[in-house]
Amino acid sequence: METFMTIVAGILLTIGTYLVLSRSLLRIILGLSIFSHGAHLMLLTMAGLKQGAAPLVGEQTGTYTDPLPQALILTSIVISFALTAFFLVLGYRTYVELGTDDMRELRGENDE
Amino acid sequence: MKFTDTILQTATRVLVMIILTYSIYILFAGHHNPGGGFIGGLVTSSALVLLAMAYDVRTVRQIIPFDFKRIGAFGVLVAVLTGTSALFFGEPFLFQVFAEVDLPLFGPRELATAVLFDLGVYFAVIGTTITIILSISEDQ
Amino acid sequence: MSLLHYVILTPFIFALTVPFLRTYLRNIHTGWFVIFVPLVLFIYFASHLTLDIGSTPIQHTIPWIEKLDIHFTVYMDGLGLLFSLIITGIGTLVVLYSIYYMSKERESLHTFYIYLLMFMGAMLGVVLSDNLMVLYVFWELTSVSSFLLIAYWFQRQNPRYGAQKSMLITVTGGFFMLLGFLFLYTMTGTFSIREIIDSAGQISTHPLFIPTILLILLGAFTKSAQFPFHIWLPDAMEAPTPISAYLHSATMVKAGVYLVARLTPLFGGTMEWFWIITVVGIITLFWGSFMAIRQPDLKALLAFSTVSQLGLIMSLLGIGSLALHPDQSMNAMLFAGASLAAIFHLFNHSMFKGCLFMVIGILDHETGTRDVRRLGGLMSIMPISFTLSIIGGFSMAGLPPFSGFLSKEMFFTGVLTAYRTLESWVILLPLAAWIASIFTFVYSMILIFETFTGPLHLERLDKKPQEPPYGMLLPPTILASIVVIVFFFPNLLSYTILEPALRSVLPPAMLGLENGFEVNITAWHGWNTELFMTLGVILFGILLYKSLRHWKGIYEWISPKLSLNHLYDRLLEGGENGAYRITNLHMTGFLRDYLAYIFATVIIIAGGSLVWQNLLTLDTSQNAPISIYEYVLSSLLVITALFVVISNSRLFSIIAVGAVGYMISLFFVIFRAPDLALTQLVVETITTSLFLLCFYFLPKLRKEVERVRLRIGNLLIALGVGGTLTAIGLAAQGHRLFEPISYYFEESYTLAGAMNMVNAILVDFRAFDTMLEIVVLFIAGAGVYTLIKLRQSGRDAK
Repeated sequence: METFMTIVAGILLTIGTYLVLSRSLLRIILGLSIFSHGAHLMLLTMAGLKQGAAPLVGEQTGTYTDPLPQALILTSIVISFALTAFFLVLGYRTYVELGTDDMRELRGENDE
Repeated sequence: MKFTDTILQTATRVLVMIILTYSIYILFAGHHNPGGGFIGGLVTSSALVLLAMAYDVRTVRQIIPFDFKRIGAFGVLVAVLTGTSALFFGEPFLFQVFAEVDLPLFGPRELATAVLFDLGVYFAVIGTTITIILSISEDQ
Repeated sequence: MSLLHYVILTPFIFALTVPFLRTYLRNIHTGWFVIFVPLVLFIYFASHLTLDIGSTPIQHTIPWIEKLDIHFTVYMDGLGLLFSLIITGIGTLVVLYSIYYMSKERESLHTFYIYLLMFMGAMLGVVLSDNLMVLYVFWELTSVSSFLLIAYWFQRQNPRYGAQKSMLITVTGGFFMLLGFLFLYTMTGTFSIREIIDSAGQISTHPLFIPTILLILLGAFTKSAQFPFHIWLPDAMEAPTPISAYLHSATMVKAGVYLVARLTPLFGGTMEWFWIITVVGIITLFWGSFMAIRQPDLKALLAFSTVSQLGLIMSLLGIGSLALHPDQSMNAMLFAGASLAAIFHLFNHSMFKGCLFMVIGILDHETGTRDVRRLGGLMSIMPISFTLSIIGGFSMAGLPPFSGFLSKEMFFTGVLTAYRTLESWVILLPLAAWIASIFTFVYSMILIFETFTGPLHLERLDKKPQEPPYGMLLPPTILASIVVIVFFFPNLLSYTILEPALRSVLPPAMLGLENGFEVNITAWHGWNTELFMTLGVILFGILLYKSLRHWKGIYEWISPKLSLNHLYDRLLEGGENGAYRITNLHMTGFLRDYLAYIFATVIIIAGGSLVWQNLLTLDTSQNAPISIYEYVLSSLLVITALFVVISNSRLFSIIAVGAVGYMISLFFVIFRAPDLALTQLVVETITTSLFLLCFYFLPKLRKEVERVRLRIGNLLIALGVGGTLTAIGLAAQGHRLFEPISYYFEESYTLAGAMNMVNAILVDFRAFDTMLEIVVLFIAGAGVYTLIKLRQSGRDAK
């Protein structure tokens, strides 16, 4: 399961990277989203999967899944939400103001 | 963005109440069960998003006439202050305590300062999310 | 902290109060407050004149960075005292002068005086520090304050150019000097100048000895504007005149001289030290005096004259250092005379050059020009200024009855001594010195007579000239009187200033003397060679001055393309262009390229070290079983994500990304992470609705029109990143290097009273992270708000 999920997460990361490298602003934003999904999945997988109950004391079980990566991912989800929102607004403001979403055209003037 | 969908609007009236109630439950349940400030705040925000979608932004503004930026700042402040208060008791920053207290109506309950901190998180999340959503919706 | 430490720090501390003085006491010229700093310090230093500072120097240490042997050690001996007196004494007069020169209404006086005080403190630090590193810090601080003061009128282009030039040259020199100091440290193991000099005998055979000399001299020569680094000084004349008088003639440019004098006990006595300093000094003397004649701008003339006089002092120090040479012990006293002349002339130069700068400043202030071609015939209108310029100018030319005559005679003695004791071709030294003195005479005459005699052209002047206020005349008058008094009573200085300073340059113990030197300066030596040389200077000087029109053409022979300034400009331009070219090569402004650099780094460093450390493992032993619906879900996930790559529809892409998010939350459910699942679910809802809210504004997705090569490159990078990260993930499975710390959190109920471990981590165990996280979240929200709202109100305001 872990090996399989690592590869799935790797595919998500690959797709995310590819999108981030593209010219279109919107694709970059979407790519970043996919990339962070891949990262979350990878992080969770690294800690080992399905090795116990949910990390709630009181579940009648001997072992729990590792709560630490979950806390990390929870933080990351919220941060990437904030990042996506900001990036989204930045992106569409750029598009509205400058009339283009092509990163090649957005490279600006050569200095001096 | 202005459109009228009677079914959605009617459903929204009921749903928003349910979602908001649930979000408050989830906030306080977070200490022992899945939930907490983040999720609670996000659920509340999603209720308001639903409201904004079913009606429009102006309606949301009328229903909840708060400045959401301030709610966000207030949340951050609460979180920081709960952390700071520990300093007055000679404990390190953000030291949390908890105790069993016998409350009049609720019976013996556990109270923790961590919940106060979570409340700060809750408000920060609501304030920020709604600020973002309202800003975007109002940019027409 | 000793008193001397406080003395060095006083100007810095006082500088802090200047902005308040300027704000709250606007009606009083800030200079009236500032003047107390140098005045009090001058009195403090003057009180040491009665002490026998030459034989009992003052030394105090504050430990600073003990591990690196850097201590704030102050050390005041005769040389330090001489410089301190000049710094604070001229400083007092300059501040007084500036009160009248700098307009209270128009100029930003607070910055002016803050920079000035900063310089004063730094300069005192240079001459009173015993630790080389501390000296270096103060040394660079003088460069910085000089930069700021030259660029004081930064609105104009020339001051900016001059400031940059002086900064680049002196700081480059300073950098090499630092290298030299570090060499000294490797040789002696200490940064203390005292201790280094004590070990002088042991290091002279060290292989680093000669490089050290070269590096340190580079610092001294750049600072003291020696040929060929003198080009910054004329451009530095863009500074306000009080600054030119203070920094660029009396004090800062003498820091290099100070350093050479200070290190003479260490390096003196080696032929390299003697030759480099003497020859560079003489060339500078010659070239500076030659170039001064052609300058139409009086300040530029004085700048070149300063260059030339610094060369004179430098060459004298070079000759004087021979006193320490083991083969020259017979003539030690003769050479010591040259060192004495250096110190004496240093003092005299500060006096007459300060006086002259102030007179030029007065001319500039009263007529609105410093151009010698527009000035003339001011004698009758400004008689006091005329008198002052005669005193200063004649002293500079080396005429009696002014102090310059005495030191000029001693200078001739010095070069003649060098000629008589060394080989015969050294006759070039006195010859060059003599010709340079003729040029000096000529430009001194130009300075005096072209401005004050001849026809007066009032229409060429910007203002109607008149004598300035007495406060402005007072400082140059004081300096001029010193120039005269020193001629008649030179021995007032002998045992108060000159002899103690000479002891620092040439420690008597090293010369085998027991009681120090005998210093007796007299104006009349009988009819000796020096006197005839002076007479020759006067004779030929007058001839050349009178025939100036006829031979001025030779300056046209020097092609501007061959000049050092041209070389400097070329170098600067080339450097800038080169930097641009290199920057443009990789800073394309295209986001994709930057990301490609980052990703390539990840692949190379992370992936490379995985391969290098042989960590590519596949450990399936711990794997949990996979159910069929997990396969289905994973395939759906991958297909949906791939769809985003191919799709050209905005709406479908956004929904697909949302779908990926929901599927991830399903995975969280499967992997027993209820908190994550809930959060992911709600976040995905809100994110997707955000995308849809913005939908109206979002750009349409076009088909990627990119060159195939670039797309393949992107694909390779993406595969590389994905592959590397997958490999890391797989490697993490097989290598459990540490025991997991997560068991700790299972005690969350007893530790934090919480059943939910994840929540306990967030709000209790790692609450600090969470607190910062919501701060980040809030900042992002504020950013979004700003992007949208503030723009609107800004537009409305228009």
